[in-house]
Amino acid sequence: MSDITRADVAHLARLARLAVTDDELDVFSGQLDAILDTVGRVSDIPDDVPPTTHVAPLTNVLRPDEPAPSLTREAALAGAPEAEEGRFRVPRILGESQ
Amino acid sequence: MSELTRLSAAEIARRVQARELSSVEVTRAHLDRIEAVDGSLNAFLHVDRDGALAAAAAVDDEIAAGTVRGPLAGVPVAVKDNMATADMPTTCASRILEGWRPPYDATVVTRLREGGLVPLGKTNLDEFAMGGSNENSAFGAVRNPWDASRVSGGSSGGSAAATAAGEAPLALGSDTGGSIRQPGAFTGLVGVKPTYGTVSRYGLVAFSSSLDQIGTFGRSVLDAAMLHEVIGGHDPADQTSIDAPLPPVVEAALAGARGDLAGVRVGVVSELSGEGNQPGVLTAFTDAVRVLSDLGAEVVEVSCPSFTYSVPAYYLIAPSEASSNLARFDAMRYGLRVGDDGTRSTDEVMSLTRETGFGPEVKRRIMIGTHALSAGSYDALYGKAQKARTLIVRDFAAAFEDCDVLVSPTVPTTAFPIGDRVDDPVAMYLADLCTIPANLAGNAGISVPCGLSADDGLPVGLQVMAPALADDRAYRVAAAYELARDTSSGTPFAATIPDPVVLENA
Amino acid sequence: MTSTVDAAPYTVEEVCERFDPVMGLEVHVELNTATKMFCGCRNEFGAEPNTHVCPVCLGLPGSLPRVNARAVESAVRIGLALDCQVRERSGFARKNYFYPDMPKNFQISQYDDPIVFDGHLDVPLDDGTTWRVEIERAHMEEDTGKSLHMGGATGRIHGASYSLLDYNRAGVPLIEIVTRPIVGAGVRAPEIARAYVSALRDVIKGLGVSDVRMDQGSMRCDANVSLMPRGTTEFGTRTETKNVNSLRSVERAVRYEMGRHAGVLLSGGTITQETRHFDEQSGTTSAGRPKETFADYRFFPEPDLVPIVPSTAWIDELRSGLPERPWERRARIQTEWGLSDEELRDLVNAGALDLVADTVEAGAPAESARSWWVSYLTQQANTAGVELAELAITPADVARVIALVAEGTLTNKLARQVVDGVLAGEGAPDEVVAGRGLAVVSDDSALTAAVDEALAAQPAVAEKIRAGKTKAAGAIVGAVMKATRGQADAARVQSLVLERVAAGG
Repeated sequence: MSDITRADVAHLARLARLAVTDDELDVFSGQLDAILDTVGRVSDIPDDVPPTTHVAPLTNVLRPDEPAPSLTREAALAGAPEAEEGRFRVPRILGESQ
Repeated sequence: MSELTRLSAAEIARRVQARELSSVEVTRAHLDRIEAVDGSLNAFLHVDRDGALAAAAAVDDEIAAGTVRGPLAGVPVAVKDNMATADMPTTCASRILEGWRPPYDATVVTRLREGGLVPLGKTNLDEFAMGGSNENSAFGAVRNPWDASRVSGGSSGGSAAATAAGEAPLALGSDTGGSIRQPGAFTGLVGVKPTYGTVSRYGLVAFSSSLDQIGTFGRSVLDAAMLHEVIGGHDPADQTSIDAPLPPVVEAALAGARGDLAGVRVGVVSELSGEGNQPGVLTAFTDAVRVLSDLGAEVVEVSCPSFTYSVPAYYLIAPSEASSNLARFDAMRYGLRVGDDGTRSTDEVMSLTRETGFGPEVKRRIMIGTHALSAGSYDALYGKAQKARTLIVRDFAAAFEDCDVLVSPTVPTTAFPIGDRVDDPVAMYLADLCTIPANLAGNAGISVPCGLSADDGLPVGLQVMAPALADDRAYRVAAAYELARDTSSGTPFAATIPDPVVLENA
Repeated sequence: MTSTVDAAPYTVEEVCERFDPVMGLEVHVELNTATKMFCGCRNEFGAEPNTHVCPVCLGLPGSLPRVNARAVESAVRIGLALDCQVRERSGFARKNYFYPDMPKNFQISQYDDPIVFDGHLDVPLDDGTTWRVEIERAHMEEDTGKSLHMGGATGRIHGASYSLLDYNRAGVPLIEIVTRPIVGAGVRAPEIARAYVSALRDVIKGLGVSDVRMDQGSMRCDANVSLMPRGTTEFGTRTETKNVNSLRSVERAVRYEMGRHAGVLLSGGTITQETRHFDEQSGTTSAGRPKETFADYRFFPEPDLVPIVPSTAWIDELRSGLPERPWERRARIQTEWGLSDEELRDLVNAGALDLVADTVEAGAPAESARSWWVSYLTQQANTAGVELAELAITPADVARVIALVAEGTLTNKLARQVVDGVLAGEGAPDEVVAGRGLAVVSDDSALTAAVDEALAAQPAVAEKIRAGKTKAAGAIVGAVMKATRGQADAARVQSLVLERVAAGG
């Protein structure tokens, strides 16, 4: 049995970058709890069953290292909420890259 | 309603290519039909009247000059709005992508254009294809042409309603857990989920990459097969695309229509064909199985015990992959941006945008997936779901040792009333019981209408499943059944789909 | 004093009286493939922003990755050169975290089945010994875009009011090479860290799969350091220092972190597991912004890419095509040239080995080649404050100069002037000879005339020579050398002087 609390939902929402509201914490904790109770049934499956990650019987699908056309810069930036100096403009970044 | 919007795609193609009818005429008829009925159906999110008429005129010119691009040249088609189109917005029915215009066409869209088909517009869906009722669209639910108070099914509800209502003779959908077959069943259409890897996903906005498969809607098995051959086949832009010839589905549809299933072993999946179905659904299904038997098929009962894991496994794998696939919607490079007041950080703007831009079902699934993949839960949830997938693959393999195809009802119920299940995600999820196994195993499945439920007079779907790369078997059985069904009733089933305008006025 | 203030670093020697350092080095190498890891955009440094981007590397909805065959091949070759095993079946995985320079908000990487694993690199140290560094794994992944931080005082991330993103680098193929913990290095830990990165750079350079330019970011090192009290075996809490972009910085960063850890631990504090940033200017590290939540990357198999199952035949083919590795080359050169261990070490330490070997390959005798590089050219490099290899002269140029000396066209003194000309950018050696008019004056009639002229100008000296004081000939030789602007062979002039005097000139 799962037991998803408001704090768990808040944690998941933070990981997933969702600024959930206080009301949503209540609604989602109940719903996620119910869903996890249903899907948790897979825990019956024995550990020695191998996982299936891909269903198509394919291996070694590779592309030759040959250049293909890129987008024009205009096309690349066309959907940007904001652009400046040929670059995507974004709000200030906190913290360094990983 | 114009007679032109009731023609089969095969018939439109024949007439246009024989120059008995112009593509412009037939395209205009469908555009007019959209104008007349879509206000009530809400099947389309975008209609490109000018683009469609221009494309149709170009095809007419080519045909006049002696060039026919392909078997469906000149036929209008509707495209689910989760496939990239360079000349139309691609929104996935989400606020977060409202108005976004991709700088490229999905491979299937390129193939439609190369085949001389005429894209009419983009159809409504559950947001990011997450749902089974189309109620999760940010732009409103789609109504079922059979009963405007009912859902059209989902997630490809717009494509289904459009095809059923004569707004388009054909449509593309995507099927992750039943999103073509289920709305096909709810609206009385043929809906096809091809073998995973046989139709390119390049340009399909990913929901669950290991399950998503583009497929077709038609009002007949042959129409669906013809469209399938236009979009199918290997594509180097999708490295999960299988480099093998597409199974001969049109040939199989034609062969099936000779009405002989002698030597075909049909397995009825006992786990999907029993008490869990509505009585009217079960009766229609049992009648359909009897028809198959009458056509010479050998019908046996098979058990696939692991199919009981399919809903739990699906609702772990799909949200897990979705939580990752949808991470890119972050307000940085495209789409909605909310809360950028010059002081907030990227993290804050991302979180506010995603909170505002995603609907509740999408958020639920992102959080479930985030949970299932997190360090403390991975082994017990996501890892176990992948093991469940192995068991389901094994059950199919064993069943297909014994049978050429497997059958079940497509959905345990008929189309339910709009609003009925919105607050109960678990009940909504259980409706996918019959369709999910084929997605988890990657094999082919077709839903073909098998009459109306005695409970409510709404259409019921017969699901025919075939092994991977043997889609032709399902087509043959579905086509044979379709012919027998129409012969016995005396009226083509497609002709019995009610006119939504009439409903609206009733 | 609060614990957030860095304790004064101890020296490495002081640290190692109490602790044993443990290091783990993660090196990222950008491959020099023609295209990116998962799309056909060009992999090219320094292009106009956002001109080498497409739906795939911008992470646009609907796009799908396509693995670059050359990148896989390069990864396997790097693995083989590091004596790694090649995994029978390996796959890609998604590493999920949000960051604006990463268009999909996940990085396609490899998780528990990296393409190559379990190798080692024998690293030459300054004293001529080698240290074996065990390689845990090397895996393929994609690089991120680049951010410009705007509106702040210094262009740095802190204090900026917004950022501008360029995704040309997003999706460039990276190989991450991860060592096993390096234990037992003691006071030599900083040196070993530098020597390892240097040796790895040489191996990868030899393979030709990367530019391995630390200054341009095509090779980057993260150094994990922890301390454990001497005599214990349980690793302490580690820190990971990033932004270490020169060989010297690798050594300094490790040295600084060892000292800092010791300071914290000896004052009763505890080390926080964190990412730290190395500052080139001060030689110190500083903590990044603390993470609000424990990093949970939610790795899972990349559903859009299928497994890689290299065939034995292909691996064998790649193995047989590997170039000679630096240590193999060194051993061969030592034998061929008959060098002592000490001579070899001097060559290696001067960074001259490859240059000398290439010069020999271009036709020069080993002894002359070695002499040029370790003496005159090393002096020039020191004067200019650059690495020997950065001098604007190629081994082929040096070989040509040596040949010109051997054939008598240049004296050693003239040869140095020619080298100066090449270094000054005046062109290839023959162009400098022509441009500066530096060839030896070997025309005897011209020289004879000059000698006669000098003897006539100094009759007293001529008389002394005639009287048998041959030492006096030096003055005449000097005058002739001056008249020919140094381009005559002084020995030849000397004998001509004596000849002319004897002949009664």
